[in-house]
Amino acid sequence: MNFREYKIGSRMFGMAFALSMSITLLFPSYDLAASVVSEIGLDKQLTSGWDSGWQIKDPWLDGLNKPLKVLVRKDPKTGEPMEPVYAYVYSAGTSLPNGVNHPSNLGHGVEELSVNQGRIKEAKIENGAVFLIKKSDKLLDFEDKPLHYMENATATKGWTPDEVLKQAADSDILHAGAGKTMFVREGCWWCHTLLPEQTQDWQVFGAPPMLGDFNGESPTAFGSDRKGPDLLHVGSRNASKEWMMLHFFNPRLVQPHSIMPRFDYLWGELDADGKKIDFKKWRSEYDEYREGKITTPPDVPMYAKDSEIRNLIDFVVNLK
Amino acid sequence: MILKYLFAKNEAIPVGSAAVFFGFSAIVWFMIGTGLGSFNAAKLAFPDFVTGTEMFAFGHMRQVHVLAVIFGWISMAFAMAMMYITPILGNTRLWSEKLGLWNCMMWNISLLLGLSLMWVGVTSGREYSDFPWPLDLAVAAFITIPLAINVWMTIIKRRTQGIYTTNWFFAASTFMLIIVFLVGNLPEYFHLTGLTEAYMTWWFAHNVLGLWITPVAAAIAYYVIPKVTGNPLYSHRIGHLHFWSIVVFYSTPAAHHLMSAPLPEWLKSFASVEGVLILVPAVAFVSNILLTMQGKWNMFVENLEVRFTVVGVLLAIPLNMQGGFQQTRSINWYIHGTGWMVAHAHLALLGFSTFLEAAAVYLGLQTLMKRKLYSLTLGNMHFWLLLIGFSTYWISMTIAGLIQGAGKIYEVPYIDVVIAEHPYMIARWLGGTMVFSSTILWLYNMWMTAREGTVIPAGRMPHELAYER
Repeated sequence: MNFREYKIGSRMFGMAFALSMSITLLFPSYDLAASVVSEIGLDKQLTSGWDSGWQIKDPWLDGLNKPLKVLVRKDPKTGEPMEPVYAYVYSAGTSLPNGVNHPSNLGHGVEELSVNQGRIKEAKIENGAVFLIKKSDKLLDFEDKPLHYMENATATKGWTPDEVLKQAADSDILHAGAGKTMFVREGCWWCHTLLPEQTQDWQVFGAPPMLGDFNGESPTAFGSDRKGPDLLHVGSRNASKEWMMLHFFNPRLVQPHSIMPRFDYLWGELDADGKKIDFKKWRSEYDEYREGKITTPPDVPMYAKDSEIRNLIDFVVNLK
Repeated sequence: MILKYLFAKNEAIPVGSAAVFFGFSAIVWFMIGTGLGSFNAAKLAFPDFVTGTEMFAFGHMRQVHVLAVIFGWISMAFAMAMMYITPILGNTRLWSEKLGLWNCMMWNISLLLGLSLMWVGVTSGREYSDFPWPLDLAVAAFITIPLAINVWMTIIKRRTQGIYTTNWFFAASTFMLIIVFLVGNLPEYFHLTGLTEAYMTWWFAHNVLGLWITPVAAAIAYYVIPKVTGNPLYSHRIGHLHFWSIVVFYSTPAAHHLMSAPLPEWLKSFASVEGVLILVPAVAFVSNILLTMQGKWNMFVENLEVRFTVVGVLLAIPLNMQGGFQQTRSINWYIHGTGWMVAHAHLALLGFSTFLEAAAVYLGLQTLMKRKLYSLTLGNMHFWLLLIGFSTYWISMTIAGLIQGAGKIYEVPYIDVVIAEHPYMIARWLGGTMVFSSTILWLYNMWMTAREGTVIPAGRMPHELAYER
């Protein structure tokens, strides 16, 4: 064993490698840790919950352990009509969002507001919690933008998850958190990016995201390989759930040249009326339609309220 | 057959068992990986081809294709190369054949398990580090660490004074792979989120290519060309330049994968400059190998292993010209996220590196089994199908990417881009299918080599015997 002559070499190697790790990991970590979460970032984090990839509480990526995004029109306590506001409902047992467990990730300013005024530290997994996004009069240090922070409405207003869900119509409840799990599991992000580019994309696909738009979100699922349009702001371009339903069932019903796969299997077995969906019959009728034997394609079955496609459509139309 | 040695005494295991096991596993994974690739490509060309079932949805299979090729084919071929080249260059035996056999078996099992789970949708949602963290730990414990221990111990127990270039790369890359793999998956163990997660994803993806696949593939060329041609390596010093510039320059530009994300601007600029400096190791490597060929260019035509190696080295030229410049801001804005990148990724993995690994597997299996290649005709067909299939793929995807880039900057409605790309999607599928068929021929050829190849006499090298079929 003659390692003596490689002593200098191995030390140089260690130094070079450590230096490159410092430059690429340590130094950027200071900048990234200094980011202050924006209103968009808070919305994304509260909508998607703890994690959207594999987690112990959702091993098969069924969309479990996820919050609901609810449009509150009536005060859950009094039942009085109020200015509509989005609430993020974490039922008992649902993992809390990253910012509640690690408030420092919210960034300087938002952290203090969320803890002191928003009382997020009082949220407990066992009881569940309802969160709101609040605007403050404080400004970001380096830009004249008002800071937004998380409020634990269970602590500040006494709203419990059950009360909020009880007063809401089903159409006001967005399963967008579970939908993000579908987005990850079904590999939507292999073809659709969630990252309009900073160069010219914003004219078509909307504004590129800013620093602070991602704090607490995991995975970010930016995507790298675009085979379809960017989806970061797709809900602003097209928020029609009916169009989405046709498009997911068979994209070629609404866009004959689309190469997107069909996602009809996300409907599950039963439709909205509890009837069994006959996919075989649907496809043979669709084939007849394509061959010109019949003039209209068969009707797409309305999806059930608890189907996976409902989650995914809620997620997509929520991408504003 | 080889499994019977799992519980044998280390001394009782024939030399090269682990490498042979790894070699055949690699070819089988190559077949699986390219088969999935060809199937996926068919779905992009013909969207109603096998559709409406979750198991055969594109989004469930795409990542299985990528990881089967990277962790199955490429990395197993690397393990194969390490397990026979490292001892030869140290004039010794592999430190532990038994560890090698266990490594290979556990590797196959974990990969099969991981990819099956991924196929049903169990994923972390992070590109290239798609495995959830329990599987990441399995990969570290059963794949990367045992391999590294075997390589390092073989180098430490060597019976030569110095360490040859190839073994510098093997020792350093196995080390860097462990670090890159464990650090790159930190977001999963510790639930790091947001831009940190996105950046670490691409930090891993960049470094697993730059510090594992590129240097190990190059190390194979450093062995095969001098060994088969009989020429000494052109320059030890240029080898040094290559090694050190890989460590210094290739480990730093990770941020250039996210040029349009709101990362710190200094980081993007730094990454971009370092990205151009990747040309330093590239030029050092290509020139060193091509100059080693001096006077032996006839072997480029006559010898299959040399031909595979040199083609791989020649493909490193466009690879690094693309890689060095496409990540600068002035070019990246045009081609980022387009088919150009898909073409570039296949140039790296299916072009440059696959040709080098194929050379290592050809040479290694013949050397270790002491059998001459069964059929040169099949070997030639493998070579040409692979090269033509890959070129078809690369050229068609490059064109598709340029169309897509133009569509992006001229704000063409996206569906028109899809329509314009359609012919190239068909070409890509044809190219991919050629590559897949070539792997079937290859597996048959190597199987027949094991059974019926002419026995190589003791003290002779495979290339010293004439081809028979």
